[in-house]
Parts: sequence; structure tokens; C-alpha cells
Amino acid sequence: MHISVNVDGVRHADEVEPRMLLVHYLRERLGKTGTVVGCDTSNCGACTVHLDGHSVKSCSVLAVQANGHDITTIEGLARDGKLHPVQEAFHANHALQCGFCTPGMIMQAIDLIADDPSPDDEAVRKGLEGNLCRCTGYQNIVRAVQDAAHRMRPGAGPDAERVQDEARAHHVVGGE
Amino acid sequence: MIPAEFDYQCPSSVDEAIRMLADAGEDAKVLAGGQSLIPVLRMRLAAPSVLIDLSALTELTGVRDDGDSLLIGAMTTHYEVQRDHLVHEHARLLFAATNTVADPQVRHRGTFGGSLAHADPAGDLLAPVLALDAVMIIAGPNGRREVPAAEFFVDYFTTALAPDELLLDVRVPKCSGWGAHYEKLNRVAQAWSIVAVAAAVQVSGGAITQARVGLTNMGSTPVRARAVEDALVGQPATPEAINAAAERAAEGTSVGDDYKENLARVLCGRALTSAVTA
Ligand SMILES: Cc1cc2nc3c(=O)[nH]c(=O)nc-3n(C[C@H](O)[C@H](O)[C@H](O)COP(=O)(O)OP(=O)(O)OC[C@H]3O[C@@H](n4cnc5c(N)ncnc54)[C@H](O)[C@@H]3O)c2cc1C
Ligand code: FES
Ligand code: FES
Repeated sequence: MHISVNVDGVRHADEVEPRMLLVHYLRERLGKTGTVVGCDTSNCGACTVHLDGHSVKSCSVLAVQANGHDITTIEGLARDGKLHPVQEAFHANHALQCGFCTPGMIMQAIDLIADDPSPDDEAVRKGLEGNLCRCTGYQNIVRAVQDAAHRMRPGAGPDAERVQDEARAHHVVGGE
Repeated sequence: MIPAEFDYQCPSSVDEAIRMLADAGEDAKVLAGGQSLIPVLRMRLAAPSVLIDLSALTELTGVRDDGDSLLIGAMTTHYEVQRDHLVHEHARLLFAATNTVADPQVRHRGTFGGSLAHADPAGDLLAPVLALDAVMIIAGPNGRREVPAAEFFVDYFTTALAPDELLLDVRVPKCSGWGAHYEKLNRVAQAWSIVAVAAAVQVSGGAITQARVGLTNMGSTPVRARAVEDALVGQPATPEAINAAAERAAEGTSVGDDYKENLARVLCGRALTSAVTA
């Protein structure tokens, strides 16, 4: 079947089998290997992308269901060589170890901050319920999401999208 | 794994969908949010030859005010139900239960109608729909029919829907001003209920005037806890009355499992306690 999908701001027209999963379309056809597959059961969330601005598990969506829609992957977040504030916060707060869950965690974190601009601990944990991490124990992930939410808080203006060297230095050295 | 091969069709009206279902025969499957069906296809537990995707049927999406009831379209997502002001106001039990379904990603795709049609006895929306005396509006080659929730859920993963029928809407009688709570026990994040209790109560002048209680995963279908409801009506909304009624939660169930029966009683007490103060 013929599909036309906007992925990370670029329109792609392709012929796909109806049974092709969106995650395989992204990885194998478009080479967007930043989005990964971590399970066979729709549980891990490593494959999370945004479909029309909302997080979905791309292993549980068919490529044909994305026909005519907009997809954003982890590869579409950086601007002009600068990381997205959520990516930056994960880096600054050591919110990853092996990094396998990270693309999905970041995509879901962006979704959760859009719904709740200043989430408390409980809200972050609930919002990341569909994303599993086998390494970190989640503490630094929760910290990173709250840090990112703070950087992106309403009224933060265009600066929220800008990564400042000063902020980076402050957070990398000695945590808090 | 990836699914076995199938044809994919995307009808643009309910009539067209019904025609496609009839033409495709028994081997066709309807695709709603895909959050149960796609995992099943990936594990090759099912291999339909045709998938009929309902996503273009915008008339099946959204919640409408229909006088004494709400009409909830089958294709309304869990996420949309969570944010709908009519659901907040008139069907708080549904709101409370939907909040506990799966995780945010699954709630963005999964649909109200898909959950009911899938009829997993551990599904969280079945007991609320049963407790609220909702009615399923179904379309097939011979026109439309209405089936009350009590007759809709037939067995594990089995409903009154024929293979050539579609669930269109669910009519949910309004319970405006009632207290409601969904108490779910699961062990880990995004897990299904081991047991859960759906409770809605109307309290007037300190007394319980009406009560609705449904049980999740206490049998092959959702179960109505009639004994609890009968024990509550006319009683003062006190902890003593609630605890006495909750003791009867497992009456009439046939799971034959002491642990789950005990859970039903304990969770029923908690659900009612929260509902009367909600
Ligand atoms: C990780 C994970 C965790 C989950 N946890 C929970 C949970 O805790 N509680 C819970 O309740 N659910 C849970 N779910 C299931 C989720 O709620 C699904 O959304 C729901 O079961 C199915 O809805 P769907 O729209 O995705 O239906 P689909 O998967 O598209 O379809 C399911 C079935 O219903 C049929 N169907 C769908 N719509 C119609 C219709 N309109 N008419 C006729 N037949 C139809 C399909 O043919 C199919 O057989 C979970 C799912 C996942 C992946
Ligand atoms: S790969 Fe695990 S949820 Fe998609
Ligand atoms: S960092 Fe390894 S799985 Fe999360």
C-alpha cells in the first residue's frame, strides 16, 4: 500500500506491506535507527515516538496507520546542532546508563511535560509508567524530567530552547 | 515478531465498513486503536486475512450529551475520555477507571469501544460499564440493535457482537453528582488488574440512596455485586455500613479463589469509602 508520512519534518512517500510496523518503517526504510525496539509485548516504551504530537509505541502502530500523519522521532528533536532541553537535562542529570531506554524516555518525557508543565515526583513516575529502564533505578530520570520541566516552564520564552554552557557546567559538576 | 500477511482496508463510512466486513467473511478483523490487536497479531495468536481500520470513521469519535445519557463513540480514545468534561460531570466512574488503564502511550491510541469489544475480563472499563447499566449500540448487515451491558459480555474475550457487526456507540446513563471510585490492585506499572472494584454511590442527607458496584477479573465476564448494592441502599454513609456491605462483595462470584475473593471484599471497602467522600 502507498503511504505518505511526514517524519521529523520531511515528507516521505513509500510503498509498504500493510503488516509493516511503524518502528520497522522508521528504522529499516528511513534509516532512523535512533528509535529502538526493546520488547515483543508492547511494554517497554523504548520505541516511543510522537504521532501528531502525542506519544505512541511505534511497535504497536502499523506504518499504514501513520499514512497522512506527522511523526516525530528522537532524531527530530535537536535544532541547529543544539540538543532539545529534555535531551540536555538527561545528559546533565546522568539519567542514563546503557542508554537503550533513553530515546523512548525522552519522547515520553516531552509528552508528559506538555500535559503537566511542572510535574511532581509522583506525576513524573506515573507519566513514565509505559517506559521501562533496566539500569538506572529511575531516580536520575525523574530528576532530569523535573529539571527539563523547569527549563521549559511557561514564561521561560525562547531561552527554554537554548542550551546554555553555564547551565550545563552547573549541572554536570557535582549534581545539584 | 511481525504479523502474518493481511489485506488492509480503510472504509470512510459505517455502511461501507459493514459492507467490507460482510464481503471479507469470518476471517476479517476490525482494527480500532490496535493496542490489543496488534500485540496479538505480532505474537501470531491471530492471523486474520483482512483488517478493516475504523480510524477514518470520525462519527464514532467523541462524547455527546443525549438528555439522560451520554453517547460515547466506540472510537473515542482513552485519552479523550480522560479529558472530556461531560464524562467528568456525568460519568465519574468511567473517568476514574480510564485513568488506571495501561500507560499514556497506550491511552493515546486505545479506544473505549475496542476495550469493550476485546472483552478481556481484566479490562478496566467492563465493570464500570456494567455497573452503570450502559447499553451497546451495534450495527450489522441487518441494521442496528441495542444490547444492555449485562447481555453484551458473554465469556472470556467473547461478546454479543457477531463477526459481521460493529460497536458504534455506548449509551451511558448519567450519574450526575454521584461519588465514584475505581480501586485497582496490580503489582507492577502498566499491569492489568488482579482484581478491581468499580463503585458509584448517590448520597443524600448523609444516607446512601443509590449504589452501583461492579467487579473486574472475578470471573469470565465482569460481575455486578448486587448483594453489596442492596446492602447499601437506605443505609447511612458511615464506615460501619460500608464495611458491612463490602463483606458481601464476593457473593455470587465463582472464581473459587480465596485470595481473589478476599481482595474483592477489601478493595470494595476501599472503593466505597473513597466514593462516598469523592
Ligand atoms: C502494555 C499494555 C497495557 C495495557 N493495560 C491495560 C489495562 O491495565 N487495563 C485495560 O483495560 N486495558 C489495558 N490494555 C488494553 C488497552 O486498553 C486497549 O486499548 C484495549 O484493550 C483495546 O482497544 P483498542 O482500541 O486498541 O482495540 P483493538 O486492539 O484495535 O481491537 C481489540 C479487539 O476489539 C475489536 N474491535 C475494536 N473496535 C471494535 C468495534 N468498534 N466494533 C467491533 N469490534 C471492535 C477488534 O476487532 C479486536 O478484536 C493494555 C494494552 C497494552 C498494550
Ligand atoms: S518495543 Fe517495547 S514497547 Fe515498543
Ligand atoms: S539506561 Fe539502560 S535501560 Fe535505561
